Amino acid sequence: MKIQVIVNHKKIQMEVAYDEFLVDVLRRYGFNSVKRGCDTGNCGLCTIWIEGKPTLSCSTLAVRVNNKNLTTIEGIGEEAKDFAAFMVAEGAEQCGFCSPGFVMTVLAMKRELKNPTEEDIIHYLTGNLCRCTGYVGQLRAVKTYMGVA
Amino acid sequence: MKIINQSIRKLDGMDVATGKPLYTDDLVNANALVIKILRSPHAFAKIKSINIEKAEKLEGVECILTHKDVPNERFTMAGQSYPEPSPYDRLILDEYVRYVGDEVAIIAAIDEKTAIKAMKMIAVSYEVLEPVLNFEEAIGHTSIVHPEDNLQVNFDIGMKKEKNITATALIESGNVEKELGKSPVIVEETYYTQAQAHAMMETQRAFTYMDSNGRLTIVSSTQIPFHVRRIVARALQVPKSKIRVVKPKIGGGFGGKQTASVEVFPAIVTLKTGKPAKIIYDRKESLNCTTSRHAMRITVKIGADHEGNIQAIDMKGLSDTGAYGEHASTVFSVAGYKTLPLYNSAKAVRFSGNVVYTNKMPAGALRGYGVTQGIFALESAANQLADKLNMDPTELRAKNIIKEGETNPISGTLDSCTLDRCIEKGKQLIGWQEKYPRKIISDTKVRSVGMAITMQGSGIAAIDVANVTIKLNDDGLYSLLIGATEMGMGCDTVLTQMAAEILETTMDKFVVPGVDTDSSPYDTGSYASSTTYVTGNATIKAAEDLKLKLLKKASEMLGISLEKLDFQGDTIKVLNHEEKVVSLSQIAEYVSAGEGKQEQLMGTGTFGGDKSPPPFIAGFAEVEVDKETGKIDLIDYVAVIDCGTVINPKLARIQAEGGLVQGIGMAMYEDVIYNQRGQMMTNTFMQYKIPCRKDINKITVDFESSYEPSGPFGAKSIGEVVINTPPPAIAHAVYNAVGVHVRSLPITPEKVLKGIWKFQ
Amino acid sequence: MFAIKNYRTPNTLEEAYKLLNEKKANTILGGCGFLRMSNKTIATAIDLSQLMLNYITEDADYIEIGGMTSFRDVEVSPLLNQYFDGILPKAVGEILGVQFRNVVTVGGTVYSRYGFSDFITALLALDTYVVLYKGGKMPLEEFLIKGSKKDILVKIVIGKKNKRATFHSIRNSQGDYSILNVAVSKKDNIFKIVVGARPARAMMAQEASKFLTEGEINEKAIEEACIMASKELTFGSNMRGSKAYREALCKALVKRGLMEVLS
Repeated sequence: MKIQVIVNHKKIQMEVAYDEFLVDVLRRYGFNSVKRGCDTGNCGLCTIWIEGKPTLSCSTLAVRVNNKNLTTIEGIGEEAKDFAAFMVAEGAEQCGFCSPGFVMTVLAMKRELKNPTEEDIIHYLTGNLCRCTGYVGQLRAVKTYMGVA
Repeated sequence: MKIINQSIRKLDGMDVATGKPLYTDDLVNANALVIKILRSPHAFAKIKSINIEKAEKLEGVECILTHKDVPNERFTMAGQSYPEPSPYDRLILDEYVRYVGDEVAIIAAIDEKTAIKAMKMIAVSYEVLEPVLNFEEAIGHTSIVHPEDNLQVNFDIGMKKEKNITATALIESGNVEKELGKSPVIVEETYYTQAQAHAMMETQRAFTYMDSNGRLTIVSSTQIPFHVRRIVARALQVPKSKIRVVKPKIGGGFGGKQTASVEVFPAIVTLKTGKPAKIIYDRKESLNCTTSRHAMRITVKIGADHEGNIQAIDMKGLSDTGAYGEHASTVFSVAGYKTLPLYNSAKAVRFSGNVVYTNKMPAGALRGYGVTQGIFALESAANQLADKLNMDPTELRAKNIIKEGETNPISGTLDSCTLDRCIEKGKQLIGWQEKYPRKIISDTKVRSVGMAITMQGSGIAAIDVANVTIKLNDDGLYSLLIGATEMGMGCDTVLTQMAAEILETTMDKFVVPGVDTDSSPYDTGSYASSTTYVTGNATIKAAEDLKLKLLKKASEMLGISLEKLDFQGDTIKVLNHEEKVVSLSQIAEYVSAGEGKQEQLMGTGTFGGDKSPPPFIAGFAEVEVDKETGKIDLIDYVAVIDCGTVINPKLARIQAEGGLVQGIGMAMYEDVIYNQRGQMMTNTFMQYKIPCRKDINKITVDFESSYEPSGPFGAKSIGEVVINTPPPAIAHAVYNAVGVHVRSLPITPEKVLKGIWKFQ
Repeated sequence: MFAIKNYRTPNTLEEAYKLLNEKKANTILGGCGFLRMSNKTIATAIDLSQLMLNYITEDADYIEIGGMTSFRDVEVSPLLNQYFDGILPKAVGEILGVQFRNVVTVGGTVYSRYGFSDFITALLALDTYVVLYKGGKMPLEEFLIKGSKKDILVKIVIGKKNKRATFHSIRNSQGDYSILNVAVSKKDNIFKIVVGARPARAMMAQEASKFLTEGEINEKAIEEACIMASKELTFGSNMRGSKAYREALCKALVKRGLMEVLS
């Protein structure tokens, strides 16, 4: 069926099958930042925003986002760069394959949580797996970015 | 030094951190055929017949290939220098299937849905055979995993395929029986390590197309582009010269992409159809149908005197290589070669045993490459020895470890080592004096500490080779051409630091393209902790070569003899005549046009080391154990590292932290479970648990740098060594907390609690 | 591979219910968190997102949670954080990540009666009812045992009188499912002890709960209740833990739960 979505502030009409998941559709339409990692909801690589909420695009049927507002990292370039600079300063981007999903979750957290503690940050980001960094370097970057002592 | 030992940001950092489409699947031609693999539901079977008639007729199906369509020449997928020590025991598709998930047919179609639909229409009739599922029962089993007669080995690795023995090892120095016989204190225990998964975030994948010259191009997420070219050429029986391999950005490797698990499938489809094709493994295939760490059983016997002087170490191993022998003999022998030299006080040491075939997913290379397995056994036994001697385990180490300048019969002379200082610093950082062995926190909680040491290598001596070319472009920008493969760890940046240091310039004057076997200089690839050491040394040589050429050109331009010139990076000046100067861009322009002076200025360097200097680590774990549930909280993990000169402290630190957490995963969470029919039950991230953010508390990394004379700027490796200490150190801490020895990884709460019950 | 042949977004519950029962293979879409790996073929997938079932409300006696409410909404709900010592936010908060909890729905989980569920264990320790479109209102306990004919879970209703409640689980990796979970509640003198991920679905330890409700509360009685709970309930083995280990966890976690609600 045809669905109407707003992706990164632009209206797009997409042709999707009923049983297609959003991650596959987004990649098909050229939003290649969205990565497929596990298919079981565990890794967070495919995280995008649906109506501003960080959501697994691998576990969302594309038909269900009809008329919704989607954001991928391509849509928040400047803000993503601001945060990415902190990651790169720590060397915590490493292979970068988990970065798009991770950055989307961090930026959603920044909007959602006021004055988070370190524990709050870890809790919010725990759905994003990373095999390269061991997490602590990412945490240093997030804390510096968020101004958390 | 201006650039060495500086925390320079990664060159590609911002691009990969902001989601730029630079990875294999981001670059695929939209018209590429999608490949799916029909896989065996049986652990061991012979295919009686395959009917693809119906499936082939499905609209959108381009081709379906079975074992009848592939060359009958066996090969290995192991990424090793030719001639490989891994047996040639595979066909692209075989009439025997040797594990649940083994490839039965290749389906190429216009899209994934069609390929899967076609896959379901293929009818296969199997003669089901009795599988070998328990590696301890493999030798002499009634089933022979590799009954074929065209299996081939390049070396005598001790293969006895009729007994399911893939390889044997014997490393020996001194008279082990005699020294053990004289030792009044003996510890003898058996340890088990599991078939850990790489679990890199980007799964294995490749796409292929024919280029304009009738050559096959393979774009692959690989650590070993040059080996892939050779492997595919052999598997498909086409000349190597007809294949080009391109490596874009890689989403992690950890040794999983040191095996060419997927490239042959799209390659054969493209060769047969002339059309572009891609294969992208899903997580299940990545966990179930590629390679893993070799699961091992290792029995360690250590003999010592009453004062704690280690006299002899005997390690007997059994390694499970699964259905195919990728890296089988080398991983196994490394478990001895790079563990035994730690205790140079021993008068006799031995490592021996067998690698066996079973009907499970094949094993292969994984960060640590056997050392991780050997260290868990050896260090656990060493800790138990200290306990038996009533001696602080750090003192036992101080008495027995190898020191700088010493010679070891297995590893040779050690030119750089600060392991003793690593242990001392680690003790301070973890608070050993106050915390060892334990503190009671409450009725149910105990806190404790544990430790372990390790070593590794830096490249493979006399085998690994790297070539590096640095080209001066017409605008004065340098191209650093390497065949080593950046996969996130930052080697492009670290190698550029070395070149910039020699050429006395800044990082922004360099560009490092991805690897392309048509244009990149030959490099064995990024594995075996080789890149900083091997490719680094080649980079220095290339930079020095180019520097000399630049000086010569300046000498020609200025009409001044070489020894009167001063190389200052962007400019070359005449000593004591500051006004006489030629800039790099002037040289670039000078050689680019006019006057018959044209020349492509390039420096080249080649390095192949005759030794593999070991980095060292002392690792310390602090845990809190819940005595009622067995749950272990890892409070802190300290690793103090001797990797020689640290070229880039921040990147080294991150690599260490990441490797430690991978080791922590192996120690505590990552379990591989097969059911009785040989199906892997842990083939999703829902069941195979790599550590998550909440599992990791404090990680403390510090460096005690030695200076390795053969290393680039004194550096040694860091990539692998970081994964080794957590399993034994955490096992030790758990023992110190509750008196339970867990000798089979992972150390789960259930194993701990059941251990506690045994006292009650 | 899973497939959907048709997809509908009904505008009324009646319409949804009719669609659901038109064909055996018609299915209500929950959060779809586990759909991608499934092998089922759905004739018509029925999406309830037009039915305004995403809410958490209260009246004098009850809290109501709509079937399409996400776990993340449960986690951050000020109302649910205020009641029952915040047991429901606590129980869902440890389940994978925020982006997963934004997908998973209350109705999808409860209707599926998942054995591994943390949320169901917590709900069962409270005065909880499920409201089905055709089946009407019934206690959660009854629904868990009996299930229902094909129906739509409209909402969960929870009596507000329970004051104290607590949830404990043991996971190896924190990113994993529970090896065992326990919820304990206390309303005046009435105790409820519930154990889930046994690995079978959550059940109340009736005898242990009754023993504490009717008897005197002291250290010995608590120990006794823990043993009773671990004996009256059945446990099984799976990849995450053995029967014997689960029995031991049951004792330890029930004790912790009881101590907490008594504190």
